Amino acid sequence: MLVQPDRVHRSVYADPAIFDLEMERIFGRAWLVLGHESQVRNVGDYFTTRMGREPVIVSRKNNEEVAVLVNRCAHRGSTVCAEGRGNTERFVCPYHGWSYDTAGTLQAVPFASGYEKDKLPAGLKAVPRVETYRGFIFASLASQGEDLHSFLGPAKASFDDFVDRAPGGELEVAGGVFKHAYNGNWKLMIENHLDGAHPAWVHASSVAVARNAPDPGKPGEEHYSDIAVRQMRQNGAPDAVWEAIGMWTTPRGHGYMGDYHDDSRLVTGLGNPVFDLYRKKLIQEKGEAEADRILRVTLWNTIVYPNCSFMSQFRQLRIIHPLAVDRSVVYTYSFRMKNAPAAMFRDTVAFANVVNGTGSWVLTDDLEVYERIQHGLSSGAVDWVYVGRGHGRDVVESDGTRRGATGTSEIFIRAQMRAWLDYMSA
Amino acid sequence: MNPEQFLYHEARLLDTQQLEAWLALFTDDATYWVPLEHGQKDPLETSSIIHDDRTLLELRVKQARHPRAHARLPLARTVHQVGNVLVQEEKDQLTVSSTLQVIEFRNDKQRLYGALVEHRLRRANGTFKIAHKRVDLVSSEGELDGIAILF
Repeated sequence: MLVQPDRVHRSVYADPAIFDLEMERIFGRAWLVLGHESQVRNVGDYFTTRMGREPVIVSRKNNEEVAVLVNRCAHRGSTVCAEGRGNTERFVCPYHGWSYDTAGTLQAVPFASGYEKDKLPAGLKAVPRVETYRGFIFASLASQGEDLHSFLGPAKASFDDFVDRAPGGELEVAGGVFKHAYNGNWKLMIENHLDGAHPAWVHASSVAVARNAPDPGKPGEEHYSDIAVRQMRQNGAPDAVWEAIGMWTTPRGHGYMGDYHDDSRLVTGLGNPVFDLYRKKLIQEKGEAEADRILRVTLWNTIVYPNCSFMSQFRQLRIIHPLAVDRSVVYTYSFRMKNAPAAMFRDTVAFANVVNGTGSWVLTDDLEVYERIQHGLSSGAVDWVYVGRGHGRDVVESDGTRRGATGTSEIFIRAQMRAWLDYMSA
Repeated sequence: MNPEQFLYHEARLLDTQQLEAWLALFTDDATYWVPLEHGQKDPLETSSIIHDDRTLLELRVKQARHPRAHARLPLARTVHQVGNVLVQEEKDQLTVSSTLQVIEFRNDKQRLYGALVEHRLRRANGTFKIAHKRVDLVSSEGELDGIAILF
């Protein structure tokens, strides 16, 4: 058995044959987060992305529906849409000019008399299941399986937090997309995002330099550097903070952790004037009690297994695309709250640069460690990866989640591995 | 020193890992910018690979010297090749455009970057200080491994 209660066989991270099977059984079945409706707001808007190995186009085919189409011409197989985003009426294959409408239906075929009409394909292959939840677009390459709501389960609350914080519920993807790659398995990153025991070690250098940096300014007297300095410092929170932070997992391998931030420009109520304006907007819309309930939800990362990780409170969403058993690329998106004070988005951008940016003080050390893990796991001399921190002490909660005995429990890796086994052995 | 020589001097400091001396070339109000998007106009409304004021730039140099800076141990060896230097004299500063090729070698991996660079230089004691440096990587919108070097 490759996956055991408190350990995982190294081949799960290093064997190309297992990777091939993952692409079929996990990425070929699970609901995958593809993006957000704001990326395809108008009819004809599209963007390209990946579902496991499949290149896909997410396309607004009409006012009500989004189509997800495999980006592969039905004729000889070229992608019909160049990488990127835009607005179009037709996807036209560059090879022989076959054209498709935004729903993927074949429209025109040059030299049509050369084909037997009833043998022409209907169009691009459509990904069979597409759903949205609170504006986030999900798709599954499997025509059958559990519905999106039961797949998400209690993790829906994190999407609710993401959207409820935005006045009017209005969010849009903005501010550029980081695409950073590493020579490591896709699971290494998704297994790191709820790990409260790593920052003190992996991020020791950025914590140390930030501690010696000038202190952030008081509310209303901030410096540009403050958000970066605070983020780096907070990775050095005392062990007791991480132990108490709270860590929950769901049956499908999703998970989320509580938060440890006290940055007044980013989280609730510490007297920052822009934040106060924002809070007023939320109160006008929802009333004080509900507004404060929303702002008191403190979540750090949420994982939607297999390959999405987001920070609802900080409006960041990452999608991890597996390229090979030992190569992955991560797309990071920022979201703007359309009806919040404009200055808040500048803070989101500064936060993205320091936490998720390709040149970040913080992220670069994470990437280095993923590569070093992959290197270590390529050795056949030792078989097992040990994930036993907190094992045997999980707490079952009334909403169906399991909580780690402490915030640094490796419960989230064990939950991901249980989900992995469910997909892989079904 | 003429502006062209100054750019070579700056590159030499980076390639010989004299990062503190390199940092001292910048003015106190300097900005150092590696945009994320081609033709990016704004560093505050759109993310950047690096967008630092002088405080943050100093943290990069200090991190490079930290004994547990995993992605910077060892520091990458680099060659910064400066070319196509064009100088535009203005009233109280110079705008210098150049091209930059960087070869980075670290942990058995060699990487190559190309960039269009713009410096805004102020005259100071017969040499210059950098008030603003913008490095537009040709690959900025591509899928990049983590960047732990300075351009």
